[in-house]
Amino acid sequence: MDHMETKKNVERPLAFVKHIILIMSGKGGVGKSTVAVHLALRLKNAGFKVIRGVRTVRAKIRYLGITEGIGNILVGLLDADLCGPSIPTMLNIEQKKSKFSKNWEPVFVDMEQRLCVMSVGFLLTNRNDAIILRGPKKNATIKQFLNDVDWPDLDYLIIDMPPGTSDEHISVIENLREYNLDGALLITTPQAVATGDVRRELSFCKKTVIPIIGIVENMSGFVCPYCQECTNIFSKGGGEFLANQLEVPFLGRIPICPQISRYQDGHAESLKLFSQTNEADSIEAIVKKLVK
Amino acid sequence: MALTVCSRSFINRSRFSSLVYSYFNKNIVQMLPPCQAASNSTKDADQSRMQRGLPKKLPIGGVDQVIVVASGKGGVGKSTTAVNLALSLKELDKTKLVGILDADVYGPSIPKMMNLKGPVHLNKQQLMMPLVNYDIKCMSMGFLIEDEKDPIVWRGLMVMSAIQRLLRQVSWGPLDYLVVDMPPGTGDVQLTMSQNIPIDGAVIVTTPQDVALLDARKGTEMFRKVEVPVLGVVQNMSAYECPKCGHTEHIFGKDGATNLAKEMNLPIIGDIPLHIKIRETSDSGAPIIVSHPNSSQVTKVNFVI
Repeated sequence: MDHMETKKNVERPLAFVKHIILIMSGKGGVGKSTVAVHLALRLKNAGFKVIRGVRTVRAKIRYLGITEGIGNILVGLLDADLCGPSIPTMLNIEQKKSKFSKNWEPVFVDMEQRLCVMSVGFLLTNRNDAIILRGPKKNATIKQFLNDVDWPDLDYLIIDMPPGTSDEHISVIENLREYNLDGALLITTPQAVATGDVRRELSFCKKTVIPIIGIVENMSGFVCPYCQECTNIFSKGGGEFLANQLEVPFLGRIPICPQISRYQDGHAESLKLFSQTNEADSIEAIVKKLVK
Repeated sequence: MALTVCSRSFINRSRFSSLVYSYFNKNIVQMLPPCQAASNSTKDADQSRMQRGLPKKLPIGGVDQVIVVASGKGGVGKSTTAVNLALSLKELDKTKLVGILDADVYGPSIPKMMNLKGPVHLNKQQLMMPLVNYDIKCMSMGFLIEDEKDPIVWRGLMVMSAIQRLLRQVSWGPLDYLVVDMPPGTGDVQLTMSQNIPIDGAVIVTTPQDVALLDARKGTEMFRKVEVPVLGVVQNMSAYECPKCGHTEHIFGKDGATNLAKEMNLPIIGDIPLHIKIRETSDSGAPIIVSHPNSSQVTKVNFVI
């Protein structure tokens, strides 16, 4: 491979990132960060298929340009929610700090160093400190996160956006214009007050010419663990209806899953429990559509 | 003085069986500080603010008390709580005049929840007339955009200007309570509100899980930094009861808000269960306080003093 192609272009620091995906919504509390975290965790293992305990290379690895050896997908997760950074808490890495030499260094989640995270949460002295920022400061911080972080040679950079269509969104889009932006993945819950905001977010994406990867309907139904009765606490089908109406791909539904919540609350064992649930299968199905 | 008299009359209204009314009114109204004439200490505070380059806090004409419903975290039920709080304030004393200001510029939910739609008209003084439903005056950015599908893509400065207009260029008229539904986060809207008008109290809404509590703590800290009194914490979506077998599941965790409240030395002023009827009534524009005032779901709210 040409040396110049692999060399990091300082003027275009994200030029080497193969896929950039924005996780957006418009509405708060629909599960953007949760879905971003689980997608990142699943994506980093997308190159591996375990057959009788032996790891083999899947065809997707060849698609990504790695032709021999075991696939090594690198995923970066950028927490662009400056006022409410959740990603470090969800991944139980709050106690870690981002080091600064010439640039900020992202924090690696795993021993194999295939998933790294950057969040304003790593820059806080105390996790409970409020981050009170007006627009210009938010713009400057977003620009730093995109240009002044020493990301490794990522296959995927997933950016978890805050709700709304504000400074963070405008800054991210302005700074990502020249890179490999795959598009936006929109998360919604099924109820009308949520889909209304997501509809606006979709209009925003269309106006700013961001490709729309699709819509995911989160918290879609709750199955009682005792009687298996499914109740649509937050309604059902609103996301799919919106996708059909606006002619964007519908990527799937994720039911309400208490194990996701418990994992986020620092119970690391819950991740193992979660991986055995139907909800984990929903995430798997979305990842398959994402890397197709 | 007037507020103390009101508080006593609320305590005497024991005939109201709905706990939602009682916890909203008994707790929140009692906690609101009595109105005071400008004292020397207030004038000193103003001077100190002006020296720091901050604007002087000017009350909104005709509005007695301002209560903000905030969180820090999105999607915890701020709008639902704000709407039902305003309605229960009105229900408890129909002579009281109540208004709702939807300060969530990017994602205005109040139009849907209150079943209201623009356009907004101007009065003779060129002030915007709030829209009224269920006897509550409402103002939202949602009434001012032509097509509800259109996003509001504004940077912070534009948002500041919009919030100023929603505060100052609306004919709120005489109001006893103005309930403000805040957007998520700790940014421009929160700062503009707290720097420009005197806020009598903030209600923090959260769900039990840790990521929500993390942001709720930040939201509370922010209000303390800008010297807004925090009245207490409302735990929303606390538990879910299966309609078929009655099994109770703490989907989003248990007691998170109670622990947060203890940690921050705040009272828990409400514990609202996760129930399908609350979502259904919000989506249909008939909030549960109005549509199902005596429902068992509403009475299951736990009330902790």
